[in-house]
Amino acid sequence: MADFEVPSIKEDIIVPHINPGVMEQSGPFVAKPDHQEALGFPGELVDNWQEAAVAKMGDMLKKYRSLKVFMDSCVKCGACTDKCHYFIGTADPKNMPVGRQDLFRKVYRRYFTLAGKFFPKLVGASDFTEEVLDDWYNYFHQCSECRRCSVYCPYGIDTAEITMAAREIMASIGKGMKYSNEIIGKVYKIGNNLGLPEPALADTLEGLEEEVEDDTGVAVKYPLDQKGAEILLVTPSADFFAEPHVDGLIGYGKVFHEAGVSWTLSSKASEAANFGLFIGSYENMRRISLRIREAAIDLGVKRLIFGECGHAWRVAYSFLNTLAGPFDFLDQRYPIPQHILEFTLGELEKGSLNIDKSLNDDMTLTFHDSCNVARASRIGSAPGSQFETPRAVIKAVCNNFVDMRADTIKEGTFCCGGGGGLLTDDLMEVRVKGALPRMTALKDVVENEGVTHMAAICAICKSQFSKVLPYYGFGMDQIVSVHQLVSNALILKGSEQESEQAEAEA
Amino acid sequence: MSILTGFFAVLYSLAGIVLFGGLAYRTWVFFKTPAPLKIPTTPAPTTRSGVAFRLVREVTIFESLFKSNKWLWLFGWMFHFGLFLVLLRHLRYVTEPVWGWVVLIQPFGKYASILMVVGLVGLLARRFLVDRVKYISAPSDILMLLLLIGIGLSGMLMTFVSTPDIVQLKRFLLGVMFFSWEEFPASIILVVHMLLVAVLMLIFPFSKLLHSTGVFFSPTRNQVDNPREKRHIVGWALKLESGDKR
Ligand code: HEM
Ligand code: SF4
Ligand code: SF4
Repeated sequence: MADFEVPSIKEDIIVPHINPGVMEQSGPFVAKPDHQEALGFPGELVDNWQEAAVAKMGDMLKKYRSLKVFMDSCVKCGACTDKCHYFIGTADPKNMPVGRQDLFRKVYRRYFTLAGKFFPKLVGASDFTEEVLDDWYNYFHQCSECRRCSVYCPYGIDTAEITMAAREIMASIGKGMKYSNEIIGKVYKIGNNLGLPEPALADTLEGLEEEVEDDTGVAVKYPLDQKGAEILLVTPSADFFAEPHVDGLIGYGKVFHEAGVSWTLSSKASEAANFGLFIGSYENMRRISLRIREAAIDLGVKRLIFGECGHAWRVAYSFLNTLAGPFDFLDQRYPIPQHILEFTLGELEKGSLNIDKSLNDDMTLTFHDSCNVARASRIGSAPGSQFETPRAVIKAVCNNFVDMRADTIKEGTFCCGGGGGLLTDDLMEVRVKGALPRMTALKDVVENEGVTHMAAICAICKSQFSKVLPYYGFGMDQIVSVHQLVSNALILKGSEQESEQAEAEA
Repeated sequence: MSILTGFFAVLYSLAGIVLFGGLAYRTWVFFKTPAPLKIPTTPAPTTRSGVAFRLVREVTIFESLFKSNKWLWLFGWMFHFGLFLVLLRHLRYVTEPVWGWVVLIQPFGKYASILMVVGLVGLLARRFLVDRVKYISAPSDILMLLLLIGIGLSGMLMTFVSTPDIVQLKRFLLGVMFFSWEEFPASIILVVHMLLVAVLMLIFPFSKLLHSTGVFFSPTRNQVDNPREKRHIVGWALKLESGDKR
């Protein structure tokens, strides 16, 4: 199945001995000139790239406190060295968080610190050579910006920030990454990552309406561009057709239907994902975010809700107000933006949803905390609600739920292996190897607790697992959407299932 | 006045200026560099006082390090706590009259040096024994630990074996601080100890020792988790907002 060795799952998550250079050839395709130019970057590597890169670095050090403080503060204590799933899966020391940072730091020290200018060998500083640039390109694309390292560093040094800065510098000298940049281009041109134009979208949604009506006898609507709706739902475009994502979208629609609120999708903002985050570009992240503001204004909605997606929720929760706010034209009584799980949990607590948990009895669930949700957001009002809300919803709609090992969930969750702009076939080896810790924890509950399925609330996690689970001997359909579980257990008012339920009770 | 006195007086004047001036400048740069986005590592406090408490935990009990690695935490904490007590103990050389609480902690400060050196040796051992830590260690990382061990050992020699003329040392140090030089109480161990300390003071603001102030400016630790409730925007980001936003 693969042209590389798939790691075997051991009893435990094992920290390997270092194996320098094993992954040094592994990098993604470089962006073509038109992918680059659409985003405002030079088409190909500029002639004076070294000078330009150092200048850009200087500029970013003045704009980002994170970068400046992180460059200066690392004591090389090694606390982070065994925390990255890519290091655990590959053993390449440049995949240790500090090893990755040092690729940046050695250039920083050389050009921006006295010690590095005068005693480069002593402090491990180096000129920005072509080999260093190659290392940058390959290893800064073996980081999913998952922030696990930042939890364990005594100074909270977040390698994701450094990866983003490095990618921004590389894009600005003409060496961007094809996957992310091409996708951002599609968002600008068509409105979503998949390049799904408005008619195709309308068609898909109509298909969903028919499907749900066939199943239940209830005409649940999946509206598009409906002016005056109360809620604008922004969801990752994978929800429109990929499995298991689409089952989640079906679930959102049913919940809105039962709650009796009016809602709509937008063809202009038909994408929650914001790959501007991945490439570390404030400007692109902002431009992508502004579409959502404009759609909300155009459609005259009162509330903004986001579908299941990890990094999109980080951008929405943490950055949207900064990038595209203030949202004073929306109803201030609700969180802006709100997560679909906050909405659904609210309805569950109100009792407006008729749930039959036994409809999910064919499954025993576990939950994969997505990195960006876990370590960069809340889903609710209290710190830690990002862990509790999804579990509360799952437990409200399923009888069988078990958590994975404590050090692999919640704030210590391991990335799926495909986040941060790595969800591309040209990085398959990194993706598969990076999934090892999660697969190890999953196997444990599958064998010892009878778990059959893993639920997630992130489009990237879902796509990554569908692809990677089979490499480790699981089935690709063992990954499910949380709203798919809600959808399974939700008995719509006036549906065939409701009458069956009434008959059974009578 | 001896040459040695002149040398140390000049050295310590310089080292004091470099240490305090340099540290103040580098910290000022941290302070004035904007943090354009909210990036606290969550779960994070939702109030300012919560953040203050988080930072206090980080600098007193090394909370994140504790989550990460118990050995490293143990050695690191031993070293820092030992260093902290030792520094407090040293206050008696530069204050007149000596504050009451400084007098009280003297006996603890004495044994803290042991804690400190044992911690440092543990940290140094890690740099050779753990392959991952060995890989990330530059020569400067090892030299720094050796320097601190040297300071600790020479200090312990004076505390436990051959005490120099402390009364005269204090006169000398106060003299450097207030620009009326006094004779330096020459002794080999004291010379070594004071030279090493001066080196530490001189390299402090140019080295990774900036983590001592950096930790307070780390956005993943010092930001309040309230992006939905309160709009966060910095100057350069605001400038992008000319005209293209409805
Ligand atoms: C949040 C507070 C702090 C934490 C968590 C912390 C943690 C650490 C760690 C993990 C090391 C690395 C040891 C090694 O493996 O080599 C270190 C080194 C050191 N720290 Fe701190 N530190 C803190 C604050 C301070 C402060 C306030 C000072 C003030 C003087 C300081 C002075 C030093 C020195 C002198 C070293 C030894 C240098 C070295 O190992 O290269 N630290 N610290
Ligand atoms: S952010 Fe995640 S992927 Fe990147 S270095 Fe840290 S742990 Fe590894
Ligand atoms: S844990 Fe933090 S300070 Fe320690 S080596 Fe890693 S990045 Fe550097």
